[in-house]
Amino acid sequence: MTVKSYEEINQKIKAGKAVVLTAEEVAEMGRMASPQEIAKKVDVVTTATFGAMCSSGAIINFGHTDPPIRMEKIRINGVPCYEGLAAVDAYIGATACDPEKPQYGGAHVIQDLIEGKTLELEAWGKGTDCYPRKHVKTMISKDTVNEIFLFNPRNAYQNYNVAVNTTKRLIHTYMGTLLPGLRNATYSTAGELSPLINDPELRTIGIGTRIFLGGTQGFVVWPGTQFNTSKPVNRFGVPVSNARTIAVIGNLKEMSAEFIHAAYFNKYGTSLFVGLGIPIPVLDEEIARFVSIRNDQIETSVLDYGSPGMPKLGQVTYAELRSGMIRLGNHKIRTAPVASLAKARKIAGLLKKALEEGRFEITQPVQMFPSNASLLSLKETEKEDQP
Amino acid sequence: MIKKRFILNFPPDSGDKPLSYHLVKDYDIRINILKAEVFPGKRGSLLLEMQGTPANIEAGVAYLTSHNVDVEPLEKRIRFQEEKCIDCGNCVAVCFAGALTMTPPEWKLNFDKSKCVVCELCVPACPLNLFDINFQ
Repeated sequence: MTVKSYEEINQKIKAGKAVVLTAEEVAEMGRMASPQEIAKKVDVVTTATFGAMCSSGAIINFGHTDPPIRMEKIRINGVPCYEGLAAVDAYIGATACDPEKPQYGGAHVIQDLIEGKTLELEAWGKGTDCYPRKHVKTMISKDTVNEIFLFNPRNAYQNYNVAVNTTKRLIHTYMGTLLPGLRNATYSTAGELSPLINDPELRTIGIGTRIFLGGTQGFVVWPGTQFNTSKPVNRFGVPVSNARTIAVIGNLKEMSAEFIHAAYFNKYGTSLFVGLGIPIPVLDEEIARFVSIRNDQIETSVLDYGSPGMPKLGQVTYAELRSGMIRLGNHKIRTAPVASLAKARKIAGLLKKALEEGRFEITQPVQMFPSNASLLSLKETEKEDQP
Repeated sequence: MIKKRFILNFPPDSGDKPLSYHLVKDYDIRINILKAEVFPGKRGSLLLEMQGTPANIEAGVAYLTSHNVDVEPLEKRIRFQEEKCIDCGNCVAVCFAGALTMTPPEWKLNFDKSKCVVCELCVPACPLNLFDINFQ
């Protein structure tokens, strides 16, 4: 039985001797080789995804003006930022926008900043003894601000639903435009290349895991919001709907618009395409078995986005989704992705190269994630009567 | 025989001439109307597929032009900023005509403009706003 430590693998990486495969390559290898053989031969498997992840945003520190201002209302290119963080810190969320201009949102501000563009910052404060100024209007770029880092509370969903629409009207969703009468189906996960599907129980991914984020190195910092370990799994141990998530951080000044891109979904709003890759160390045979999972072994749920409560209509594999057609009862439904597999492959390839050349080390998590998390929904309750 | 799609824009006063009849009878062109918007007294727009010999199609187009119809090959009315495309697939999802496709092994977007039926669903579906189609 093969058992490798993080240190052993990192020594191989530093020596330029690590055997690194992408998750697609190891899935193919798994057709012929046993988990035992894979664990022996392969050191690291690279996984990746490139999809719209609404729960994304950036923290910025603008620096102080002279005289200083306590920024209590902030707009960047007209897009509202969250200003309840000290005097000159702000958080710009990907989905924030001026309701008058819904097609340009926080995601576009983030992309513009990555591209080095100059943007208009306007801020207001009430004026205090220590921050006397009440208004400032100036231009900023990533080079004029102190810090700017992407901090995404929920990224890289472990599996995601397939969206269809049984109603008679066209609907607009974050899963794209859904034609009436089950005439299309959209899916957003990179299947066998998807990060959290290759380590379904998160044995190697936790707080402190070094990842590829938007073209640079980033880190997993916490379980993502809506982290859920209690979703049903199939016989290969993979959840059959959206389950675990990760919160991630990375320096936006080092990122590239090739891997972080703004999006506007018609009649929905803005979102951010995030390119994210995670290296999975093949520590033992169990992990070897998990990373060699193939598209025909990964299943997901088909939900009706047109009906209240989004009822589940069926379950399909990623092999079926990639074939271009799924069957649902008597219906044959045309499929299309809404996340870029081409970009995800590029990221997995770049990460592989970085590991092979000793430019990227794997990390043992400082702390693992909970193994018994479920979701609460928001109950609408009345304020209790005061005695 | 070739098959080619054109966008025809009719001036306000052309509504009463049986132009398509003459395309069939005088120029031996098989026509297929894929999309039509007619506002009598204002304007008319047509997506027309013509099938015939290159010479006949050329003559048919000249005939239409001589009747003040603005005729342009379909692909000239479609603008797609391919270099900015991220291959996400949102446009493929709505393209029931099969002009926009993504297939293995590359999973890159292919746009076969000759299959476009100008439904224009891809225009708002693209999250990067890369399509522009001028039908009118």
